[in-house]
Amino acid sequence: MKKILAVDDSASMRQMVGFTLKTAGFDVTEACNGDEALTQAKSQEYDLVISDVNMPVMDGITLIRNLRNLPNYKFTPLLMLTTESGSDKKQEGRSAGATGWIVKPFNPDQLLATVNKVLR
Amino acid sequence: MEIDLSQFSQVFFEESLEGLESMESELLKLDIASPDPEAINTIFRAAHSIKGGSGTFGFTQIANYTHLLETLLDEIRDGRREMTSHHQDILLLSVDLLRNMLDAVMHEKSFDDPMLGELEQKFAAELTQPIPQEQTPSEPEAPELTTWQITFKAGADILRYGNDPLLMFNELRQCGELGVELTSQEIPDFTQYDPEACYLAWSLTLTTDQPLARLKEAFEWVEDECDIDYQAQTQESAAPAIEAEEITPTPSQSDSQERTVSQAKPSVVSNKTQDAGSIRVSIEKIDLLINMVGELVITQAMLGQIGQQEEMTPESFITMKQGLEQLASHTRDLQESVMQIRMLPISFAFNRFPRLVRDIGQQLGKQVELILKGEETELDKTVMEKIVDPMVHLVRNSLDHGLETPEVRRQKGKPETGSLTLNAFHQGGNIIIEIIDDGAGLNTQKILDKARAKGLVGSDEELSEEAIHQLIFKPGFSTAETVSDLSGRGVGMDVVLRNIHELNGTIELKSTQDKGSRFTIRLPLTLAILDGQLVRIGRHTYVVPLVAIHESLEVPADHINRLGEEHEVIRLRDEYLPVLKVYEAFHHEADARQIKDGLVMVVDANNDKVGLLVDELLSQQQVVIKSLEDNYNKVAGISGATILGDGTVALIIDIAGLVSLAGINSTQEHAA
Amino acid sequence: MTQADETDITLTAKDDASEQYLTFIMAEEEYGVDILSVQEIRGWEPTTVIPNSPGHVKGVINLRGTIVPIIDLRQRFGIASLEYGPTTVVIVIKVCVAGEHKVIGIVVDAVSDVFSVHHKDLREAPDFGEETDLTFIKGLANLADKMVILLDIDTLLSSEVLPEAAQLSNIINTIDAESTQAVSA
Repeated sequence: MKKILAVDDSASMRQMVGFTLKTAGFDVTEACNGDEALTQAKSQEYDLVISDVNMPVMDGITLIRNLRNLPNYKFTPLLMLTTESGSDKKQEGRSAGATGWIVKPFNPDQLLATVNKVLR
Repeated sequence: MEIDLSQFSQVFFEESLEGLESMESELLKLDIASPDPEAINTIFRAAHSIKGGSGTFGFTQIANYTHLLETLLDEIRDGRREMTSHHQDILLLSVDLLRNMLDAVMHEKSFDDPMLGELEQKFAAELTQPIPQEQTPSEPEAPELTTWQITFKAGADILRYGNDPLLMFNELRQCGELGVELTSQEIPDFTQYDPEACYLAWSLTLTTDQPLARLKEAFEWVEDECDIDYQAQTQESAAPAIEAEEITPTPSQSDSQERTVSQAKPSVVSNKTQDAGSIRVSIEKIDLLINMVGELVITQAMLGQIGQQEEMTPESFITMKQGLEQLASHTRDLQESVMQIRMLPISFAFNRFPRLVRDIGQQLGKQVELILKGEETELDKTVMEKIVDPMVHLVRNSLDHGLETPEVRRQKGKPETGSLTLNAFHQGGNIIIEIIDDGAGLNTQKILDKARAKGLVGSDEELSEEAIHQLIFKPGFSTAETVSDLSGRGVGMDVVLRNIHELNGTIELKSTQDKGSRFTIRLPLTLAILDGQLVRIGRHTYVVPLVAIHESLEVPADHINRLGEEHEVIRLRDEYLPVLKVYEAFHHEADARQIKDGLVMVVDANNDKVGLLVDELLSQQQVVIKSLEDNYNKVAGISGATILGDGTVALIIDIAGLVSLAGINSTQEHAA
Repeated sequence: MTQADETDITLTAKDDASEQYLTFIMAEEEYGVDILSVQEIRGWEPTTVIPNSPGHVKGVINLRGTIVPIIDLRQRFGIASLEYGPTTVVIVIKVCVAGEHKVIGIVVDAVSDVFSVHHKDLREAPDFGEETDLTFIKGLANLADKMVILLDIDTLLSSEVLPEAAQLSNIINTIDAESTQAVSA
């Protein structure tokens, strides 16, 4: 079973992402900020990390930069959840090492399609 | 996959309301001249999260509106725009508006407050970029087969971002028939070769009915780093087909389609919401609980071992006694910790006051400094929810009647800015909340005149200052000379008093003319536990809330007077107090049928003192309140039940209810 | 038996449907309650009196942390009450009142038996006119030559204002006479 780490400070988004992916048969761990996610990612290896950008403590961009620098996450797909207004965020995320992005708002089907795209 | 998004709505509402709360408090704290970037960030993040969630869960109206907030805040955050007090105002108004919008969505109501349009205009005037209109879905394009020739040269770094060309090709394969040909391998010298880099290029042939945009999606994440070229080999029939499509729909048709789409939106919004209260508990508190349960298990195991033994030795007896002591202490700790779970800092209640004070102060042209103290003081969530309204009333009252306008204050030689303090602290098993202002204080003469005019006090009756202050808690009493917009709308201090009594609390007032007033609310920390005095009436044991008891005494016969046929009063120092014979009200047999034979407990009933005649005082103890109504009915004069140490049930007396049951006229008579 | 045939039609949806009843004795009559509503059977224990409550409400007890009211069914039916003793039984019943579950104990003389009652054995209680409230009687059942009064316990215990059923003993006598006639005929 593929392991996914879902990171969002908003509980409803986190639950929605978690529930959707669990329903689709993935093993999902949730984290509510970058710092928590980084600790989690170090403790076990994930096949995919999906992270919100705007979060307290450690934002998503910093998380992605940190993850990319870990040997285990060199080639792991790292996706960010952005809003359309954050197009420069996409660039920022890209240079930090993000594989791609999912634009909010999205529905469970779109999320799954994107996840399948990187995990197939 | 069918996933019912409504299951996440409740969480979304809760976190959005929390977000709005922190947004509001940060906005109120904000120093406009030099705003703290972290504060702006917090405000931005709240708006951002609400926008993201509302969009995802289908609350389009909220998503569109928060987009405006987000855009403005983003510009401020990036330094493209300076924060002004106008921004602060419209953002605060937005907080209110969003609360109402969330409320409407929660209760599946449509939202058509004109405020929405007004605020949107205000944002539009501020923002350089136009307000995005609700996106209308694009017309579905007619299926049309096209063969695309795509050349794709991967950027050297794409693997390092976790992008895999193979996955992109798979994506394309979903769109139609795909042919893949590797065209170049620009592999450098071995010395230059980076094993993690990608040096390849492909030529792809795809026959599909999908639009170009769909194909581009496959490369969306890498289009900046890779060279991608799309060449359509259009078929001859394609061009006329497109024209035909453009002509066919009449404007009215497309209009109506658009309307149905936007009408369909609210049905997405409709989802079941239960107003089931929930509470956030810190991990710390949960861990503490788990630890305690662990200790309990250990103690239980220890006692269990003793139980297994064939005979009781003196040693095992000692161990058992120790075990039982431990069990008692762990149970007590556990009870405390469980109660702790319901405890929240009073800042949750205090948080709304900066806004309230600011708005009302502006409205009344008064300058007020609000001081919050003891915000971390914890109390039960239920108690907090119920005390907010009385507090709001008292604060409004202070602003309206207490604090003076700057001119008046200057004339009185006071600083122009008045001060209003909310203070909370624990005292014994209670929480004390004080509302203190340095305003005009109560005008005792005015109150007395009014009370006389209303017939609450006899025309020749003289009252102590304290007694006059108590008059404002009487039903139907309002001191405002003109009924202002703020207080005095029929809801008086008597309601405040009643609400506080319902919580088993008390309220006191100290006031000095021209110096200010101080309301002191005393509440139990929780509604689940009560400090009680056990009393005996015949063979019955009752619990009286300790907080209501002033004193208990034996009354000598010469201090007892009869008022008419039914009522008896006792003289206590300079007061005459009516005495309520509890055994009569409850139709019980009692030892003490006469006041002189029993004990009189002086208690507070709606801020008047009443004596309760009982046989005997038993112990004082903390009792866990149980509902009588769960399996039975509400009983007059009884607020609930509890289970005593011996397992029997004792009923808890509701003093106000008992007084009305007995029909005692509790108006105090004062010795002249 | 024509009367019985008629009641068959009104009372049953399916012929083979049956329900289990716990029966108890009170003043030499046998009553039945749906066994699914019975939570437990306990001995009598002293209660805490609720002030100003009707006489048949004996008070409340602590049932593992829950406050449960105890009702004397004899007094509720207007039958002279007995001294409570070690053999006095309290049947703890879970009823549904206005969509809410309530747990209530009823004091009876003794618990008797458990019976399966087929719907075809059920008879409607005779009509005693408007002044007699019999809504809490579900029906009568003939079981092994004796008659059991099946109670609609929800209705009986949920009645907010508990009507005095003083005439009930008279009614029972009348029913008794009737059923004896029916059996002998």
